[in-house]
Amino acid sequence: MADYKLVGKNFTPPDMVAKVTGAAKYAEDFRAEGMLHAKLMLSPLPHARVRSIDTSAAMKIKGVVAIITPDDVPQFPPPVDPILYKEPVFAGAPILAVAAESEEIAAAAIEAIKVDFEQLKHVVDPLDSLYPGGINAFSGGNVANVQLPLQTVKWTAKDFQSFDQGKMPMGKAAEEWAYGDLDAGFKKAKVVIERSFLTAGTSHHSMEPRSNMSYWQNGKCYVHGSMQSQSFVVPNIARYLGIKPQEVVFIAEYCGGGFGSKGTGYPLIAVSGLLSKKANGRPVMLRISREEESLLGSGRAGFQGMAKIGFAENGRITAFDVFVVQDNGPNMGFWDFRNCGHSIQICFQPEAMRWRGTAVLTNTSPRGPQRGPGENQTAMAIEPMIDEGARELGLDRLAIRRINAPDNDGFDGHNAKGKLTSAFLKDALVKGGDVFKWEEKKKLSGKRNGNKVIGVGIASAFHAGGSNGFDGIVRILPDGKLYVHSGVGNLGTFSCAATSRVAAEVLGYNWDNVVIVRGRTDKHLPWMIGQFGSNTAYTASRSNYVAAMDAKDKLLEIASQQLGGASGDYDLKNERVVHKTDASKSIGFADAAKRAMELGGKFAGKELPADINPLTKASVEALAGTGLIGVAKDKLPKRGMVPALCAGFCMVELDTETGEFEIKEYLGVADCGTVLHPAGLQSQMHGGAMMGFGLATTERIVYDHQLGLPANVQFDQSKPPTYLDMPKSFHWAAVEQPDRDNPVGVKGIGEPIQGAAAGALINAISDALGGHYFHRTPVVRDMIINALAKRPQSYRALQANTM
Amino acid sequence: MMIKDVIPGFELFRPTTVAAAVALLDQHKKVAWKIAGGNDSLSWFKDRIKRPKVVVDISAIAEMKGIKETADGIEIGALTTLTDIENNAVVKKSYRLLADAAGNVASPQIRNTGTIGGNVSQDARCWYYRSGLPCYRAGGNTCFADTPEAQNREHAIFDANRCVAVSPSDMAPAMIALDAKMVIRGAKGERVVPAEEFFIGPRIDITRMTQMQPEELLVAIRIPKEWAGARFYFEKVADRNAWDFPLVNVAAAVKTDAGGVVQASRVAVGGVSCTPRRVGVAEETIKGKKVDQELAQLAGQSVTRGARPLNYNHYKVPLMANLVMRSLRDAVA
Repeated sequence: MADYKLVGKNFTPPDMVAKVTGAAKYAEDFRAEGMLHAKLMLSPLPHARVRSIDTSAAMKIKGVVAIITPDDVPQFPPPVDPILYKEPVFAGAPILAVAAESEEIAAAAIEAIKVDFEQLKHVVDPLDSLYPGGINAFSGGNVANVQLPLQTVKWTAKDFQSFDQGKMPMGKAAEEWAYGDLDAGFKKAKVVIERSFLTAGTSHHSMEPRSNMSYWQNGKCYVHGSMQSQSFVVPNIARYLGIKPQEVVFIAEYCGGGFGSKGTGYPLIAVSGLLSKKANGRPVMLRISREEESLLGSGRAGFQGMAKIGFAENGRITAFDVFVVQDNGPNMGFWDFRNCGHSIQICFQPEAMRWRGTAVLTNTSPRGPQRGPGENQTAMAIEPMIDEGARELGLDRLAIRRINAPDNDGFDGHNAKGKLTSAFLKDALVKGGDVFKWEEKKKLSGKRNGNKVIGVGIASAFHAGGSNGFDGIVRILPDGKLYVHSGVGNLGTFSCAATSRVAAEVLGYNWDNVVIVRGRTDKHLPWMIGQFGSNTAYTASRSNYVAAMDAKDKLLEIASQQLGGASGDYDLKNERVVHKTDASKSIGFADAAKRAMELGGKFAGKELPADINPLTKASVEALAGTGLIGVAKDKLPKRGMVPALCAGFCMVELDTETGEFEIKEYLGVADCGTVLHPAGLQSQMHGGAMMGFGLATTERIVYDHQLGLPANVQFDQSKPPTYLDMPKSFHWAAVEQPDRDNPVGVKGIGEPIQGAAAGALINAISDALGGHYFHRTPVVRDMIINALAKRPQSYRALQANTM
Repeated sequence: MMIKDVIPGFELFRPTTVAAAVALLDQHKKVAWKIAGGNDSLSWFKDRIKRPKVVVDISAIAEMKGIKETADGIEIGALTTLTDIENNAVVKKSYRLLADAAGNVASPQIRNTGTIGGNVSQDARCWYYRSGLPCYRAGGNTCFADTPEAQNREHAIFDANRCVAVSPSDMAPAMIALDAKMVIRGAKGERVVPAEEFFIGPRIDITRMTQMQPEELLVAIRIPKEWAGARFYFEKVADRNAWDFPLVNVAAAVKTDAGGVVQASRVAVGGVSCTPRRVGVAEETIKGKKVDQELAQLAGQSVTRGARPLNYNHYKVPLMANLVMRSLRDAVA
């Protein structure tokens, strides 16, 4: 591994102190003179049409300043999530918003507004909507997703013929792909496992609700909001406000959790700005309550599906057939169902495979991407079936995963011909086996100690872990310091700081002399992908690298111009440009920056590369002449998809009298390339695993199907795991093999950490139960108790959004 | 849907003596709302579902705080926090059941502000009721939690009576196991009610969980000496290890002679019916006998007779049986 000064070393991220002291200001902490307070009116009905809205009584209340209804806000073609709903499609859908001198007045105004609703039929379960004559959750149709046009699809009675026996109906899929000879693959398999499964949806429940405060000044809308991304969300915020991206100033230094739900912008972000516009630019604060965050903050899609896996005698997967119906919520949703097929392909590299899927609308809370969207549901659905295959074949559970896991020669794509930039899942499994002492631990499986029994489990998970083609900006100013302009956002993973260190590494900077410029778009940031999809470490390290390399070239050129010789005669050392053979010839970075300002042109950002994004261009134009400017678009080679991979190893002790279990030990092993920031990785490995334990055993979206009302919108009702639910022994490791197509070898990792932990825990529970597999998640306490007592389960097979 | 997280205005009183508080409650009667730690009240207020005109904040009444030893045991002021109970030396030494139960409530933050009086007086947690639906308990004319489609995993398996909400308290079963006496003060004076009678079901009054009238105040809880130093067992099974209500909990006090023969016992189970359920049949089963696994199992099995599970809660039947079984088995172990 390269000898890095900064990469791979721990450091205190600059935002850490603010967070632990409470000095960090989140959107809701901002105040502005004359600030109004807003409240939303939410639909009490799961599906309705708004016939009329009478605001006359509310407008007479002293202190009410502005009201916006669906007619006052930008409209988007369905299934795009509306800002305010004319046809509310879930209980809690915002109908209108009021801005008043106080929250109390705004609330009183909402209670004084009369809305005439025409109640429409609702549906909570995707399969109910697909059933012949089933209800459409939206008047325009019942099937839709990103790039899947809104349409009505009903299956046939024949499709549902075996439904009562618990078999997944498989009617017309919206999309499918396949490669290899599936039939031949099943024919040559020694064992075939076929199961129907269900994974529940989950609300995000970010700690920070998506409150926002906005005002208008000099033709621009200033928006304080909670977002995990920075530059990437601006076009979306502008679209929701009905203005141009350059008319938005977006301010978000910190984000109290997003998990995918605050990655690309969301409709609520515009409500305070739209109200402010109606109130002649007066600042408006929209404080979002916990219940609103739960309902409007988007959630993970649920799956109902079938998987059929053929295993050869040695465990190699010869054929894999999977069908998945995604509970899309009422709107656009996210493409979890597509990621289901992708993650199976990457984790198990089946010799032949078919994926079929569709996304069905329900009158439940809106869905969006949540950490490993699709991949992590898939880990929970499929990993137990891998164990079942191993049991039937008499194979070791680690070995069966190793034989199928991808390495650098692994493949990707619907034709299985795409390449991977690097893959070390086999190594992660081997390393995990060593660290976890799998050979010893598996002997404890089923071991009884009074009413306690031990179970162990393994799982692996995947998410794409890097993008490319974005821009970087770095500046060296006459004060000699390096200013890394970060457009990536601050989700809370500290990776905006960690990736900035790549620029410092390239230029040989002392970290104390580096300033990260971020947090407001008017600080002139580069165009950058959002902080989502486990991509930041990979993508931002590349763009910071190319910007720093550009600055390096300029430094060398300035030195050669000034001191003679060619650029290649010089090197960077201790924040100086030094002649390689004659150390007396050198120029400090501060002086080089001054020289760049004198030279102007490309050195000072006055001539720009032609291929950078217009947003980057505007930023550099504003910065031009302030110092030596490095700016570039990432055009580094990338041979294929970047897989972020993780293997999880779990041991539980399960109480056979109460169904409770204690996680005695958990180990996650990351294939994230070069470790960029060990402490940051550790917090991801722990936090992601905890979130996985919740996904696997406690969290879910529940509705009363008859009423169409949500059962668990409060934080305590949603039951994310607590500190006391942490594994007794909680550790992590990394493969530490550099990615082939990243200049410092790093890849992302955030998302598969959760799926690996969730799958490993479920498998450990099933192992403790002597091989009882649920094929339904979360595996909640009552399911374990019923399994132990050999009682039937309470839920109806494949019924979604229930307890 | 209701507006959340905006508390409607009310008139606030903050008496510093029991007498003043009782006078205020008597003056305002049904329109008054008592608040101490606020863990239950504030969520009702923020959801704008309960909208009292008058709130009497009793948290400043010094005489209602603290634990003192009396000739007949201990007296716990109703405003004593759960944390204080959990950490009290006398409680830990002689009435450990109380400390164990208190330590299982919610989370450290809630135990720091939550009072014993508030915990035993807390309202039902049925999610239908809490979301503001007009159920029987809320003055309406239906129960949403007991329909063919109802999501009622946390609900009652016994004593349904237009309402299937359960007693959600971790302290309540311990109160019954210890034969606690609830000291209630009103304008007409003081009355002392055994814990077993303090908790009431919908059959008696569907809008309340306890015997207390709106104008009355729970001032203290007396724990008689009779059960001091007995063998105790408390266990709570929930979905996670903190900040969660019990699916089922159990509290047991067992007295044995030197040979391990049971002389007397009191066992109560929470989370299975609207009141904490004393399981006399289990107490009978072990009386005069030495408890072994087989006898404990019989006792556990016996308590679920008559259970009438709803759509999603029949798991409570084996769970209740197992918890009673191990409370007896492990209390004497």
